[in-house]
Amino acid sequence: MRTFAYRTADDVTQAVTTHGADDQVAYVAGGTTLLDLVKLDVMRPTQLVDINRLPLGEVETLDDGRLRIGATVTNTELAHHPEVKARYPLLSQALLAGASTQLRNMATTAGNIMQRTRCPYYRDASAACNRREPGSGCDAMHGINRMHAVLGVSDQCIATHPSDMCIAMAAIGATLTLEGPDGKREIAFNDFHRLPGDQPEKEHELRPGELITYITLDTPIEGAGAYYLKLRDRASYEFALASAGALVSIQDGVIHEARLALGGVATKPWRSHEAEQALHNQPAAVSTFEMAAEAAMQDAVPHEHNAFKIPLARQAIVRALREACKDAENANEPR
Amino acid sequence: MEPSETSAQADETVTVNLFVNGEPRQLQVTSNVVLLDALRDELHLTGTKKGCDHGQCGACTVHVEGKAINSCLRLAVMCEGQHITTVEGLARNGELHPVQRAFLDHDAYQCGYCTPGQMMSAAALLEDDRIAADDASVREAMSGNICRCGAYKNILEAVQDARQVMVSGTEGRS
Ligand SMILES: Cc1cc2nc3c(=O)[nH]c(=O)nc-3n(C[C@H](O)[C@H](O)[C@H](O)COP(=O)(O)OP(=O)(O)OC[C@H]3O[C@@H](n4cnc5c(N)ncnc54)[C@H](O)[C@@H]3O)c2cc1C
Ligand code: SF4
Ligand code: FES
Ligand code: FES
Repeated sequence: MRTFAYRTADDVTQAVTTHGADDQVAYVAGGTTLLDLVKLDVMRPTQLVDINRLPLGEVETLDDGRLRIGATVTNTELAHHPEVKARYPLLSQALLAGASTQLRNMATTAGNIMQRTRCPYYRDASAACNRREPGSGCDAMHGINRMHAVLGVSDQCIATHPSDMCIAMAAIGATLTLEGPDGKREIAFNDFHRLPGDQPEKEHELRPGELITYITLDTPIEGAGAYYLKLRDRASYEFALASAGALVSIQDGVIHEARLALGGVATKPWRSHEAEQALHNQPAAVSTFEMAAEAAMQDAVPHEHNAFKIPLARQAIVRALREACKDAENANEPR
Repeated sequence: MEPSETSAQADETVTVNLFVNGEPRQLQVTSNVVLLDALRDELHLTGTKKGCDHGQCGACTVHVEGKAINSCLRLAVMCEGQHITTVEGLARNGELHPVQRAFLDHDAYQCGYCTPGQMMSAAALLEDDRIAADDASVREAMSGNICRCGAYKNILEAVQDARQVMVSGTEGRS
């Protein structure tokens, strides 16, 4: 592995000052994305700033009912946190569907949001990849693109965003708090990741040196059922071919509010407003779910090896909605 | 004890203080050395194995502050002041850990390369009451440990057997 300088920091200000606006410097949290990619020579930082000692390890319910998650809370802690299990079961399910026990013990909430694509050409420093090296081309476009995206693609990049956790956050809705050399600001979770467009190297809205300090989840939808379905090549410890996170609340058999987000098929954590519109005020029935699935995938663009993802995602959507509705009905039954 | 501040230039060797299997140990490493290599090459604790070096196989699993992690993706400098248990630290007072005993009894390996990592994951999950005791939950919790020889069936049996021993062990003590 290449060499780099290493600094610890004890608080946010110290971390941000130590980092500065230098884009050769990188924050390190769990290290599970960063060190993997440094070893592959895909990321080439000259200095790391270790943020694990920052006081960002707490999960806290705010007065307005939202849940504020510190950037360095691990995926394991978050998945098993009593507030998350009780009020945000979709997030707990999605986290536990990701990676392995060991990786979840290391991976942090902010690091998970910032994880990079698993596109094999991105991970191979000798391949052409616009995301890694702007203007170099895209070997996936006519290569082995079975794992690649069908939604949000451009002629520059078709890489999937690999996170499970982010699919739950896209459906729930959240706000990121950022702190950088120019001060503090907030950004909506669903505006944070960018579509590849003609600048796939610009993956998110973080400015140079900015640190994610907190992720605050919107208040949960009252009485909603939740279900995260992940379809993959093996039963565990594998990235999604297609995944669907659904939140549905039902009144008298009619869908009152629905949220749907998709993973494994899109270039960013994908909130499907098309599907949500198709569900609103409709009966909670399979025919409705099928219409929603159709709407969600109507703009999908397949490449040579990944057309199967379109019907696969449709089925994932139908199943996730069906299970979320069941969950909503169970939750509403008097116990 | 608060860990001391670390600041290392690239190529500069720094001192890292760890507690490995209960013993205080001091290492001299550059900041790009991962815990796995520090354990094997500096401390000569070669029980922990390197399979993939990328978080994909679990052969390098150790406990840091009681949690199972992949030591190939953790820098040694990030562990300043932390308690680390490796497979060499599982046995206590010359007596095998119930998980080690059970792996022997159930022949839960073929080549043995993945075994230290498997046992470290098993030992951690048996202490973790957030993970349910049924076979499916154990398989899921152990899925970060790949066995190229496919000894999974016996591994699962060994873990569940060790659970029985550990449960009756605590009952006996209380
Ligand atoms: C074998 C393997 C399998 C996996 N399987 C899955 C899976 O099935 N599903 C899934 O969702 N994920 C999976 N992952 C990815 C894993 O979830 C991520 O690697 C992890 O969440 C990254 O978090 P981290 O804390 O380790 O980040 P790090 O590696 O420490 O950092 C990642 C990036 O984020 C930046 N960063 C970290 N913290 C901050 C912050 N607070 N502010 C600004 N920038 C920051 C770093 O500079 C770096 O660029 C897998 C990973 C591996 C290696
Ligand atoms: S799909 Fe994107 S990440 Fe993959 S090679 Fe093409 S440009 Fe790179
Ligand atoms: S060597 Fe660390 S997971 Fe394979
Ligand atoms: S026993 Fe050979 S890899 Fe598991």
